[in-house]
Amino acid sequence: MSDPEKDEKRSMTQKAVKRILILLAHPSLERSEVNRPLAEAAAAIEGITLIDLYAEYPDFQIDIDREQQRLLEHDVIIFQHPLYWYSTPAILKEWQDLVLEHDFAYGSKGTALHGKLFLNALSAGGAEAAYRAEGYNHFTIRELLQPMEQMASLCGMRYLPPFALFGARTAVDEGRIGHHIDAWIALLEALRDQKLDIETAQKLAGLNSDLNRLIKEA
Amino acid sequence: MGGLLFQAFIYLCAAVIAVPIAKRLGLGSVLGYLLAGIFIGPVIGLVGSETQTIQHFAEFGVVMMLFLVGLELQPGMLWEMRNRLIGLGGLQVALTTALITAAALMMGLYWSVALTIGLIFSLSSTAIVLQTLNEKGLSKTEGGRAGFSVLLFQDIAVIPMLALIPLLALPELVGGGGDSLVTAAESHGDAGHHHKMSLVDGLPGWAHALVVLGAIASVLLGGHFLSRPMFRFIAESRLREIFTASALMLVIGIALLMTLVDLSPALGTFLAGVVLANSEFRHELESDIEPFKGLLLGLFFITVGAGIDFNILFNDAFTILSLTVGVIVIKGLVLYGLARAFRLTTTDGWLVTLGLAQAGEFGFVLLSFSLQNQVLPAELASTLSLVVALSMLLTPVLFILYDKLILNRQPESDERQADNIDETGSVIIAGNGRFGQIVNRLLVASGIQTTVLDHQADIINMLSKVGVKSYYGDASRPELLHAAGIESAKAVVIAIDDRSRTLEMVEHIRRHYPEVKILARAFDVNHLYLLNKAGVDIAVRELFDSSLELGKATLKAVGVHPFKVEKMSTAFRKHDESGMNTLYELWDENTEMASNKAYLARARELGETLKEMMETDRMQLHDRSERGWTPPPKHYTKDMGE
Repeated sequence: MSDPEKDEKRSMTQKAVKRILILLAHPSLERSEVNRPLAEAAAAIEGITLIDLYAEYPDFQIDIDREQQRLLEHDVIIFQHPLYWYSTPAILKEWQDLVLEHDFAYGSKGTALHGKLFLNALSAGGAEAAYRAEGYNHFTIRELLQPMEQMASLCGMRYLPPFALFGARTAVDEGRIGHHIDAWIALLEALRDQKLDIETAQKLAGLNSDLNRLIKEA
Repeated sequence: MGGLLFQAFIYLCAAVIAVPIAKRLGLGSVLGYLLAGIFIGPVIGLVGSETQTIQHFAEFGVVMMLFLVGLELQPGMLWEMRNRLIGLGGLQVALTTALITAAALMMGLYWSVALTIGLIFSLSSTAIVLQTLNEKGLSKTEGGRAGFSVLLFQDIAVIPMLALIPLLALPELVGGGGDSLVTAAESHGDAGHHHKMSLVDGLPGWAHALVVLGAIASVLLGGHFLSRPMFRFIAESRLREIFTASALMLVIGIALLMTLVDLSPALGTFLAGVVLANSEFRHELESDIEPFKGLLLGLFFITVGAGIDFNILFNDAFTILSLTVGVIVIKGLVLYGLARAFRLTTTDGWLVTLGLAQAGEFGFVLLSFSLQNQVLPAELASTLSLVVALSMLLTPVLFILYDKLILNRQPESDERQADNIDETGSVIIAGNGRFGQIVNRLLVASGIQTTVLDHQADIINMLSKVGVKSYYGDASRPELLHAAGIESAKAVVIAIDDRSRTLEMVEHIRRHYPEVKILARAFDVNHLYLLNKAGVDIAVRELFDSSLELGKATLKAVGVHPFKVEKMSTAFRKHDESGMNTLYELWDENTEMASNKAYLARARELGETLKEMMETDRMQLHDRSERGWTPPPKHYTKDMGE
């Protein structure tokens, strides 16, 4: 099973590699057209842990200790989900309520998450044009996700703007999904190998449009 | 034979008529029995001299009562009571004896006579008081507990008194009558025998002490180590009457042993009761002995009523009435003073004062004993005996006084409410096999007090090894449910492995205890319907949930997403439940399900709708079975407002 050459390579680059945790929340994954292929692509990348929260906790009985342990073992935390009512599906809210405990995630002794990177990878039904002041959703996605940004801030995490797919219900029919998956893989690998320009990225409204510019060539 | 049947009929008849009427009038059963006795004795003269003999026999009811009291009292609780028992009880006996002795001396009686009278009146009536406290639901209050400590101490104090009284014999009476042949043990229940049976007669002091200690040790050790294997062995024979017989044998045997070594049988059976209080047979023993105790005590009260000599009363009514009132006042004062000194609340203090102010059945015992030992002159003894009886007769009146004056005046104190907590929220679980065990474990883990009953001694034995406490007994017997405290239980869980018994229990409990919640294990749909009809609150098919769980596990094992499995099984459960409800309307108890055409047709229909429901789910996105999240239509955003 073990490949000596690969092992050696990994040990050489170990310092530079960041461990990524993707918390996937989709209540009906068997019908998903966007999040399922995205999750499958992510799971195939080395160094990424993908957790299907609805599969793991179908009765919503989240194991707090196990989830906190997972957070401790990773450097980048990603919420991957469809955007429901301008927020996450219910289980991710439950996850926040239970797992991000006082003195673990926040509070004077709550330093477990300090310095980690946080971002949302989401699919939205509306077109990008709807998510702006003059659109029918009136706010940008980043603005709508301010509770998440503030959560990251209170937990001492560095917040990255969302990685989003708009018009998600028709993305497959319109052939937009392939490009989005490629971008997703590139983003994850850049995060893992520390090739993403974090400072610049933090100032943007989203990660999608300028992704190529943000990824530094080693 | 005819005479015996006649007497039995008279006594029973009097009781059957008087007691329900007295209860209806709020006088309590004790007064009812006493009045019945007065009616058949002094008033119409149907019974006469034989009441004395019957009374000795009926005193055995007191012995049984103390056995039952012991059963309710675990050794730890007895140890917790020690301060009250010795402090409150000891002081009550000492002070009352001193005051009444002083009063008698002032009336010009000789000191030894005065002291004997003091001892006789220091005792209260365990029989009346405990019976009344239980009936009124006061036995678990602070006042009730304090009263019980005093009574227990008195019952124990009878033993040294019986030893002391012969030493007080009056010189001028000694050798007076042939009565002196009759001795202590005989007056105490076996008056029929003319040869005293004793193990300690003529033994030197140290040997006597050794025999007595040996007897007590054998009760304690035998009760602890031998009784359980014995009861288990008997229980396995599944013969109800043999278990009853063995319970009676135990009580009578201990009483006999105590009598043989000149100890109080009441004390001996009380100790045996305490030893067995922790055993799994407790409730079964209770339910077996209880009817005997009740009847014997009733008989005892009737004989007290019947034995009142109205001639003496009418001849010297003033003296006797003032003596009775005097005794009650002195005893009441001592009790009230002690109640305050021992920091009881006003309400509880009054309960002890008014409840225990009478003289008691042991007073009769001491009186006849004193008479036999030439301690008291016969004339005086019959006057005193009347005073004892009258004061007992007045007790129910004092309790009514307590109800009307004290309880009505006092607002319910917090303390009283706290007293009752151990009675509420308790659940009786019938059947402790694979089913009942899980119910019990969940309840106990949630801090609910449970009483578990099972009729298989080996299961109880096995469970006690893993630390689960349960009681032996056939839970379908009403008396056992009563002994287990169904009156104060919030819910009864029937988890026994017997269809028809489950049904019988639901019917019985529903009829007699309409308040209690009944939850039962149903075997199948038909059984479930029968239970519904019998008035069960909640019945659960024993295999439904575990089958559903295994179905869910199977779906997951073949790769269906766990959250989808969760939603599907919920939908399945709902469909099944609503189907059961509609089918219940077509169900007929008397028609076999297999030949109930309407029922079968509807059941088939429901099977179709379930299939349909699951089919649709596969074909369409918006469906009936799964009201979880479903994606909006493809082009929903086109209609969204600008």
